[in-house]
Amino acid sequence: MGGMAAPQVAPVETPDTDEVPASDRPWVTIVWDDPVNLMAYVTWVFQKLFGYSREKAEQLMLDVHHKGKAVVSSGARERMEHDASQLHAYGLWATVDRS
Amino acid sequence: MFRRRGDRYVANFAVDEVRVLRKVASEVVGLLTDGFDHSDPVVCRLFPEVYPDDAAGTAEFRRYTEGDLKTAKIDQAGAILAALPGDGGGEVRLDAEAAEAWLRAINDARLAMGVRLEIKDGTDLGVELDDAVAEDPTSSRVFQLSVYAYLGYLQESLLNALID
Repeated sequence: MGGMAAPQVAPVETPDTDEVPASDRPWVTIVWDDPVNLMAYVTWVFQKLFGYSREKAEQLMLDVHHKGKAVVSSGARERMEHDASQLHAYGLWATVDRS
Repeated sequence: MFRRRGDRYVANFAVDEVRVLRKVASEVVGLLTDGFDHSDPVVCRLFPEVYPDDAAGTAEFRRYTEGDLKTAKIDQAGAILAALPGDGGGEVRLDAEAAEAWLRAINDARLAMGVRLEIKDGTDLGVELDDAVAEDPTSSRVFQLSVYAYLGYLQESLLNALID
């Protein structure tokens, strides 16, 4: 997919290419707004799972609330899937995507 | 409602509260065992599609994570059932680990009820409840909305006790 304007989300069948190291295409975990989770609970989960300061966790929670979603972590795909499954255990609506 | 006492989280529950909590925790367990079905919107909310545009990726993720996630959710609902007093009501004392399990389990129950009740951003529970009462005070919606509101207060009290 060299010079072409590649779509941001490649079809799943496309194998990872060797030319681009995985570290250059980090993945992200996204948390989406939902009408049920308490704001203080979401903040607490971010602190608990990611070790974020109260300020950072609160800012992320507000981003989720006002913008509809926020990137809460980024890195290797496996780690993002781990983060997402942890967030699911706490009942947050989390997805994984390429950054 | 919960309060912190030393390193314990303590609440007193009346007969009705014990019954309601037992019911909602049992319903979550039922949903995750016999009734487990990905096409159920509640199951969909508790086990979100990790790749919304990639069914194969989501299926792969579920293959590796869903069993553990399901077990964790059943265990945390079980933590409520295990700590509840008998039908006469009474005190619940939780250590930090059990308190966190309760917090997650109450959240699961609220998520499940929120889907069924079609709670949206900006839904005013007071207004919903008034409308439901006006329509039929004996309806199941009145009861469900009251339980949903109660679980919100309970979760908030436990969270505040944990953060304190």
